[in-house]
Amino acid sequence: MVERLAADARAYVLLARMWIRVSMSYRTSFVILTVGQFLISGLDFVAILVMFTNIDALGGFSLSEIAFLYGGSTLCLGLADLILGNIERLGRRIRLGTLDAMMVRPVSVYVQMCADEFALRRLGRITQGGLVFAWSVHALDIDWTAARLAMVPYLLVFGTAIFLAIFTMGAAVQFWTADSSELANAFTYGGSTLAQFPMTIYPTEAIKALTFAVPITFVNWYPSLFILDRQDPLGLPGAVQFGGPVVAALLAVLAAAVWRTGVRHYRSTGS
Amino acid sequence: MAMIEVRDVSRSFVLRRKSGRWRRTTHTVHAVRDLSFTVEPGEMVGYIGPNGAGKSTTIKMLTGILVPSGGELTVAGFTPYVERTQLAHRIGVVFGQRTALWWDLPLRDSYELLQRIYRIPAARYRKNMATFTELLDLAALLDTPVRQLSLGQRMRGDIAAALLHDPDVVYLDEPTIGLDVVSKSRLREFLRRTNRERGLTAILTTHDLDDIEQLCSRVMVIDHGRLVFDGDLGALHAVGGARRTLVVDLSEPTDPIAIPGADTVKVEGPRQWLAFPAEASAAPLVAAVAASHDIADLSILEPDIEDVITRIYTAAPPPG
Repeated sequence: MVERLAADARAYVLLARMWIRVSMSYRTSFVILTVGQFLISGLDFVAILVMFTNIDALGGFSLSEIAFLYGGSTLCLGLADLILGNIERLGRRIRLGTLDAMMVRPVSVYVQMCADEFALRRLGRITQGGLVFAWSVHALDIDWTAARLAMVPYLLVFGTAIFLAIFTMGAAVQFWTADSSELANAFTYGGSTLAQFPMTIYPTEAIKALTFAVPITFVNWYPSLFILDRQDPLGLPGAVQFGGPVVAALLAVLAAAVWRTGVRHYRSTGS
Repeated sequence: MAMIEVRDVSRSFVLRRKSGRWRRTTHTVHAVRDLSFTVEPGEMVGYIGPNGAGKSTTIKMLTGILVPSGGELTVAGFTPYVERTQLAHRIGVVFGQRTALWWDLPLRDSYELLQRIYRIPAARYRKNMATFTELLDLAALLDTPVRQLSLGQRMRGDIAAALLHDPDVVYLDEPTIGLDVVSKSRLREFLRRTNRERGLTAILTTHDLDDIEQLCSRVMVIDHGRLVFDGDLGALHAVGGARRTLVVDLSEPTDPIAIPGADTVKVEGPRQWLAFPAEASAAPLVAAVAASHDIADLSILEPDIEDVITRIYTAAPPPG
């Protein structure tokens, strides 16, 4: 088990490093794409800034607090997107028949799909999210207790893990419906956009759905509430608010099951 | 021990078709039925059959991509669909029209990556690269991205990639399709040599009878998912009654030529088609025609593989 994980990690690094080298051989294009992603990703934060020239608070949250939420959500999505963003091309590979080439190599198909055309330009989004996050930390007067400090890596690790699982499930669906990458995007990119704002601006039913159905609130909302010393509008018990690791683990198990079933389906239908 | 062992392997697919607004009817297609054969180490087997006969399905089961619906199979001691990644080290696959290489990478980078993925020892890798570069004439192509290669160049690149990790078995799907004469002969020579020097076992699917004649000691013919022939090429011709065709253009239209040992199968103005057994020499036939007629031009058509298969199939119709 450990041995297999190590082999998978090694294969991932090999493939990713090679794609980085390829993208670096077109340096100008790499720079343009990275800066482009930085700017496009930053545009929605500019919209928030513009909004705040007219208002002082949104859903009871100040600009710097929203910047904290925004930064957390964008960072988690950006990291997940960097790690396996091209997994959504699964459907195209199935249609073109190029998935078969991956299946005859001595490396797990999942690892190959995750690392496929690994795109370092996605650092653009991560940098942008990171800058907003850093600025918000600077602007907010947070009382950095050890527990609050520990919540920052907690947020990034489990938030990213949740998005990784959703990306994987979304891609695995393509084993059955060859072209449904837009459906997955609705949950990943769409979910991240929702999580950039305080949940207090959404109706209670929506927050519940984003907690119990598609658990986006565990990405950054609950950890941020703790760091920012705010109350949960749903008034859920603390055990639920700190359920991020459990939610991430459950989603990971579910995603692995869906993926495996998908591979089995492919291998029994050949289409 | 046999390199490939296939016993009573079947594979069926359930197809769903829309029939009406909500209703869907399903019907089962038997791509491969009760297939049994063994391939010994070092054998080169031609696997032929019309499109949709079940060739790709068989290859996919032998590589572990597809799970069989029934029966047992082992390749190099592994059960492909269970031990797919272990088996991957022992087999090489060339997918014909679709490259297994990375589209945007120069060949050299693809090979280096494969070295790492397959954990090929450095000395072995260098040795294989040197051999393949020379025999397949790859030196000038190594720095070109795969997408910029011509079909023939890419095929050479793909074959080197499939053999880089010294597999015991290689599956070649239409390895010479679309290649020019020079590329074809170079490729065949390379495969012959690898087979001789390393005892490589190969299964190749092809529509090109020359591939079979020059490479394979054995031919398997599949049609409608069943093995209808398994033997050497001579036996295939004997069973299939393969015939070559002499096409003569006479100086003027005449009655059908009547010569013993040949059948005049078609007459079109001054052009006539004479079929004769594939193993017979064409020379006496040409002489006989020339003795009684004025020949303006002539050509000889080699037996068509589809034709041979059709004859086998009609000669021994499958039960059911």
